[in-house]
Amino acid sequence: MTRIIKYVFYDILRTRFIIFYTAFLLVCTFAFFQLDGDFGKVVLSLMNVVLMAVPLVCVVFSTIHFFNSYEFIELMLAQPVNRRVIFLSEYIAVASSLCLAYVVGVGFPFIIYGAWQPVSTLLITGIFLTLVFVSLAFFSSVLTRDKAKAIGIALLFWFYFSLIYDGILLWVIYTFSDYPLEKLTVTLIAFNPVDLARIIMLLQLDIAALMGYTGAFYKDFFGSSLGIVFSISLLMLWVLWPVIFSMRIFSKKDL
Amino acid sequence: MILIDKISKNFGSLSALNEVSLELKGGKSYALIGPNGSGKTTLIKSILGLVVPTSGNIQFEGKSIFNDWKYREKIGYMPQIGRYPENMRVGQLFEMMKHIRKDKIKTDEELMDAFKLYKIFDKRMHALSGGTRQKVSASLAFLFHAPVLILDEPTAGLDPVSVEILKEKIIREKRMGKLLIITSHILNDLDEIATEAVYLFEGRVQYDKSIAALKGETGESKLNRAIATLIRQRELLESVTDVEP
Repeated sequence: MTRIIKYVFYDILRTRFIIFYTAFLLVCTFAFFQLDGDFGKVVLSLMNVVLMAVPLVCVVFSTIHFFNSYEFIELMLAQPVNRRVIFLSEYIAVASSLCLAYVVGVGFPFIIYGAWQPVSTLLITGIFLTLVFVSLAFFSSVLTRDKAKAIGIALLFWFYFSLIYDGILLWVIYTFSDYPLEKLTVTLIAFNPVDLARIIMLLQLDIAALMGYTGAFYKDFFGSSLGIVFSISLLMLWVLWPVIFSMRIFSKKDL
Repeated sequence: MILIDKISKNFGSLSALNEVSLELKGGKSYALIGPNGSGKTTLIKSILGLVVPTSGNIQFEGKSIFNDWKYREKIGYMPQIGRYPENMRVGQLFEMMKHIRKDKIKTDEELMDAFKLYKIFDKRMHALSGGTRQKVSASLAFLFHAPVLILDEPTAGLDPVSVEILKEKIIREKRMGKLLIITSHILNDLDEIATEAVYLFEGRVQYDKSIAALKGETGESKLNRAIATLIRQRELLESVTDVEP
């Protein structure tokens, strides 16, 4: 397996996309540090970039990469190599290179400015978001043979979780604002990895107090150690189910 | 060695293979013949596990190939259209294949030398012509001393000198007792290489006997004439059965 991962890695590095992505994150982070000296505010501004940009980059890059390495996959499948090994190698190589780019791009400036404490949550949630959206991108890649269709499905995932879902959530909260909705919103949030990541980050920043009663309830639930375990395991679930499903499909796919 | 038991494959409503049953024995060389779209490549891809049949079973040395992958180390495969990572150099491709099959220490580089592939080792795959690509595919298929060789249109697109080199190599491998499965439309080439003829038509096996028997039945001395006669006879038979219910 490590042999195949090595070749996929090599292929990813050659496209230079990962280097541009790292540079983009570095520029962003440094720019926010220039704008504001307060680490909390830097993290908050970065959070908004991370929540939108990271999933988008992940879905687009992963889908394009999967289809560009179709020839490699075909070649490997005629060799004595297990299909699952090929699929997992592709996944691990893509996910780890995107995670590495993220950690370097966001983490490095914080080390320079000597603020390790506030950035750790940002890094962990960012890594989880990367993994979740790479999984979803692989899932959409095995669903169809058509590259354009696969990118479309992957973008739809991004669009849905970043924009549409929040719209629906807001609508529900607004329409039923006369009822106690705390438990319902917590449940609904569990179905969206982006919202989960956002709440984990917000609670670390101590600005939950600004969100009134709902914020207090979130703090009470997600702030407790049980809540953290709950949200992390939910994110894990979001990473795992697309991978497991797509591996099933891939092991029975015609090439 | 390879036992194909009633496999069918449908692509949507199109039926590419229809209850194909074949027994491929070691030491023989099979010519898969049939018009375009008769299911030859699908059959080959099913043996390799690249295509999963809708129904039926395939056994390699007595073991089912489904959910197995180890058996592929005994197969050398030359695809009809070789698709390779386009940015890779030819040398890197060979190195990668050797690296991935590390267990095979001794490689057979006879064809690589005969085709003088070392001259183009620093060329990238996308810069290669169709014929050169075929040479790369052929060299890769023979690289690991596989006891089963599956060659899909091996001579298509090659220049006459290279065709002869490849044919000699195939004949040498055949003498070593390997199982060969070859598809081609150039029947004269097959005449020298193959001993058995399998004729596929619309996803069904229409004929499966030795080439000598085929020539005897049709009274022709050349394979291409024999096949043409066979097809004509079948068509005649069909038109007769069409009239009489």
